[in-house]
Amino acid sequence: MTPGMTLLGPALGLSAILFSLGVAGVVLRRNAIVLFVCIELMLNAVNLTFVALAQLHGASGQIMVFFVMTVAAAEAAVGLAIILAIFRHKQSVDLQNINLLRG
Amino acid sequence: MTEAVFYVLAVSAVITALLCILSRSTMSAVLWLTATMLSLAAIYLLLNAEFVAAIQVLVYAGAVMVLFLFVVMLLNLSTVTTDLRGPASLAAAIVLVGLLGIQLAALWRYTPGRLAAEVAQSPALADPSALFAAGDLARREALERGVVGGVAVPLFQSYLVPFEITSVLLLAAIVGAVVLAKRRI
Repeated sequence: MTPGMTLLGPALGLSAILFSLGVAGVVLRRNAIVLFVCIELMLNAVNLTFVALAQLHGASGQIMVFFVMTVAAAEAAVGLAIILAIFRHKQSVDLQNINLLRG
Repeated sequence: MTEAVFYVLAVSAVITALLCILSRSTMSAVLWLTATMLSLAAIYLLLNAEFVAAIQVLVYAGAVMVLFLFVVMLLNLSTVTTDLRGPASLAAAIVLVGLLGIQLAALWRYTPGRLAAEVAQSPALADPSALFAAGDLARREALERGVVGGVAVPLFQSYLVPFEITSVLLLAAIVGAVVLAKRRI
């Protein structure tokens, strides 16, 4: 047992709190960029779970964190490009004004 | 000592995350998230994941957050009015986050011993060091090959195919971002 092993429960709890805060942000805010920031917060919370459990299950958990980071970087690049395109079209990033697909 | 440092970092992570989702200006939301990520990087150090901590600072707090800051500055948004949703959304958020929080709060009390008891499904077999030999093996591997080698060897051996697929994903993302940002849609 290394010192970090005793932190398994508290680390999982912290990850739960951060994930809940990310969900709260997505539900509460209307700004598209802040929405992306909250999604990054949720991805970080999941990364913390992977790292905490990697102490028991070997390096696979840490490798999964790299894949999550790659997907997050790709998502941020494409998402922010979409936000830029929408902003040039509508002059706003408020989700209330973006209702093109609403019937 | 380790636990005290962990709790200080955990409190800082939660407070900065709260400020991130509640701050009115987009710019400060992004900067508070960067603070959360730096706290998480320090927590990764305590959890014996030194290489992940370095990558968290370099890639996440460095590259991804700079991308966010660039876009925020490029758009030059006004921060006069709040963008919080109405009371219906607030109620939905409280119910949703409350349910999720109650479900996830059980994770707080997990220890390696309890996890072993649940995996083995019988108290007699629940020996964490026997059930989770992979963790000890990885720790010895890290001592032998160094922190980077302990992660790199499985990444380029068992996870080689997912790693290569990742490069295709990144290429697709680059092409998509350039096309979306360049043309007028």
